Amino acid sequence: MSDPVMVIATPIRLDYTYTAGQASSRFLRGLTERKLLGQRCPECRKVYIPPRGSCPTCGVPTAEDVECKDTGTVTTFCVVNIPFPGQAIRPPFVAASVLLDGADIALFHLLQEVDVQQARMGMRVEALWVPDEELRPSMESIRYFRPSGEPDAPYASYKDHL
Amino acid sequence: MRDVAVVSFAQSPYVRQDLDRNEVEMLMPVITGAIERSGIPRKEIGFVVSGSCDYLAGQPFAFVNALDAVGAWPPIAESHVEMDGAWALYEAWVRLQCGDVDSALVYAFGKSSLGDIRDVLTLQLDPYYVAPLWPDSVSIAALQARALLDSGRYVERDFAEVAARSRRDATANPAAQVKGADAVDDLLAEPYIASPLRKHDCPPISDGAAAVVLAAGDVARSVCARPAWIRGIDHRIEAHALGARDLAESPSTRTAGERAGAHNGRAFDIAELHAPFSHQELILRDALGLDAGVRINPSGGALAANAVMVAGLARIGEAAMRIIEGEASRALAHATSGPALQQNLVCVMEAS
Repeated sequence: MSDPVMVIATPIRLDYTYTAGQASSRFLRGLTERKLLGQRCPECRKVYIPPRGSCPTCGVPTAEDVECKDTGTVTTFCVVNIPFPGQAIRPPFVAASVLLDGADIALFHLLQEVDVQQARMGMRVEALWVPDEELRPSMESIRYFRPSGEPDAPYASYKDHL
Repeated sequence: MRDVAVVSFAQSPYVRQDLDRNEVEMLMPVITGAIERSGIPRKEIGFVVSGSCDYLAGQPFAFVNALDAVGAWPPIAESHVEMDGAWALYEAWVRLQCGDVDSALVYAFGKSSLGDIRDVLTLQLDPYYVAPLWPDSVSIAALQARALLDSGRYVERDFAEVAARSRRDATANPAAQVKGADAVDDLLAEPYIASPLRKHDCPPISDGAAAVVLAAGDVARSVCARPAWIRGIDHRIEAHALGARDLAESPSTRTAGERAGAHNGRAFDIAELHAPFSHQELILRDALGLDAGVRINPSGGALAANAVMVAGLARIGEAAMRIIEGEASRALAHATSGPALQQNLVCVMEAS
């Protein structure tokens, strides 16, 4: 009796076009000018960044563009200790949620120029942008965030954004 | 059974490719339109359910992102089917039968253009023996069309007549994508794409979205002068293996129709049939026993716009609107899913 067939390989490849949408496209284009463009909800007044064209809480379009600062507060973070394929930075390093000044939702980025032991909630940080010739419609136009040297933000200032 | 009705419907214009808006931006005006037309405040809607397929955008959990268009705070009761929105509507109808909620929002979205839809649909086939051969959706439909011709019931001119009528009717539908006054002889002079199907026998590739609001009993009566009452709704499925079926017949449509009350020659003013390919309309008409007096697909049907996962829900919405606007008293809507009409849903609606 022959061996049972245990495995068959059926390779599948599908190529897709990604549609960023109107709001996210403005955000991405803003990055090429070192601008961080969010959008404000007309009902709850929250500022979303990156904007997706809607307020997920109210379910209404967000038409008003708002420029956020490239400084902010670390609301939460993790220390990455484990190497994985494609990793650009040697561990350990810090990945952080940064609440930009003027925004109501944190965005995720790298935190560098800091001893991983020193990373903490409330730390004030600033964006380090790439040089002009490297600016692209991509989050990689910000190389990373780094401590700004300001005193830590009080917990009350970001407790609703965790 | 609790009386449940369609009280409003909205849909986007269907386009070949919408590279400007993401799914949420495409959905928002449609959902808002359906809710505003329903007259039911957004926060009072008791249940939300959507139909979509992650394979269309190639993104896992794409339907979760779509919730950004709904407004899910305070938390809402929400569900999703990885199917055409017509099946989401079925779930909403079942949910409303429970009696504790009186209204439901049903929506569907599909950007068929983001991948190669003919190949994307191949992945719904049997993964061991059929899908590795990569028969695309048009080739599968052509097998079915050939089986129908071989049955002796129809000829290719019948296919072209369905296409010509659909394009002509679509000229009155501002949302439709393919419309025009093509002569049957001109259509028949076109080359085959996959014999015996020509381009006009196949659906366009469409991006779009649709939404329906359902309401029960007195709520429906209070918000809508002429609700489209759902008098019967049923769906049936056939074997997955194409070779196990007689592709020239649709017994699942026949059974769903009988269970939904579309039998014994009961008269309909209009029928919206979800037939992405021209020959499929002929199979469906036969399965439902629709007589020549029933106006088929006044919207232009899926040959005029075929946003995958949306086109079935749009058939129910289009049929309901004929009742709501007073043009019809009795309407049949049909939706299909799967290769070559594998699964079929029939919904019978009346003005009273």
